[in-house]
Amino acid sequence: MASTSTTTVQAPGRSVWDGGVSPMGASYGKLMMWFFLLSDAFTFSALLITYGLVRSSHPAYDGAVEAFVFSDQYWPIPEKVFEAIPFFDIHAPLVFVGLMTFILIMSSVTMVLAVEAGHRMDRAAVEKWMLWTILGGITFLSCQAWEWAHFIHGTHAGAAVAEGTTFFGANLAHNQYGPPDFAAFFFFITGFHGFHVFSGVCLNFLIYFNTVMGVYERRGHYEMVEKVGLYWHFVDLVWVFVFTFFYLV
Amino acid sequence: MAHHHEETTHVTVLPPDREKIKKLWTVAGILGLITGLEFAVAFLVPHEYKDLRVWTFILMTIVKAGYIVGEFMHLRHEAKVLIWSILIPMVFVVWMLVAFVYEGMAIADVRFGF
Repeated sequence: MASTSTTTVQAPGRSVWDGGVSPMGASYGKLMMWFFLLSDAFTFSALLITYGLVRSSHPAYDGAVEAFVFSDQYWPIPEKVFEAIPFFDIHAPLVFVGLMTFILIMSSVTMVLAVEAGHRMDRAAVEKWMLWTILGGITFLSCQAWEWAHFIHGTHAGAAVAEGTTFFGANLAHNQYGPPDFAAFFFFITGFHGFHVFSGVCLNFLIYFNTVMGVYERRGHYEMVEKVGLYWHFVDLVWVFVFTFFYLV
Repeated sequence: MAHHHEETTHVTVLPPDREKIKKLWTVAGILGLITGLEFAVAFLVPHEYKDLRVWTFILMTIVKAGYIVGEFMHLRHEAKVLIWSILIPMVFVVWMLVAFVYEGMAIADVRFGF
């Protein structure tokens, strides 16, 4: 078995880890992107785990869902908080955040199509799919900007606070939706993710620019598209978790 | 554009791999479908079944994450040692999540006594 057509000649007593071969079968740059993303996953996990700890240490709302009102006595039901959409003054729970999820998944698809085009050395196709990916990223960021603005400004009704006054929207110390930590986690988790989307758009643009300039065509391969693609899919992956743990559960 | 032959660099552009592209769109379709199912659960399963809701969401999220990491990030097709180098550390993260959520419930017990 071992004597069949393998290209690496191995001296007896030497393992693949003794140098000269690539045991993980990936280039240095790609490998380092994987391990960077693993460490980035730790950072996001830390935020989401802390969210889990703090949320589970607050009482949950246990009345009828129809009778739900905002209060700092219990953790809010997310779909009661995130139910606004731009331009229309109606209750549409989770619709806008669903649209954002769809946009990010689609931009992940266009990214993977750019990688496929890169494997074929098809410069025009890489340019096309990178532009769609950048467009998807910018659209997502715009949606998030609207969502933050709405969250900060609050609903028409606001929420009654201690001295008979009404508080609208949210900041890091007070919010109308629930305990102060609720808004703090919203800002930190979606903010940190949004910052990753922003960096991803910048990196994607850099790759697009280099493709247009023919850098990768001269280099003979489009591996940079793959590496930045890994980062972009990771951003999508994190959103899948944020969507579940912040908006659905 | 590609049929102009005046360019100095000689690059052979291969035709699109239809099968691979079809597979990628299938994965995209599955991701969209699961997200749709998540919405269905969010609106059709009453809030009284909290555990059922939560565990369905978590299960669907893991399936989605599997498709994104396995197919889009191509990890499923990498060397085994690379796959395990990424997955094994995440086991500890999952354990940490379980431990801290459990801890949070104990804190709620102490603070609110129910």
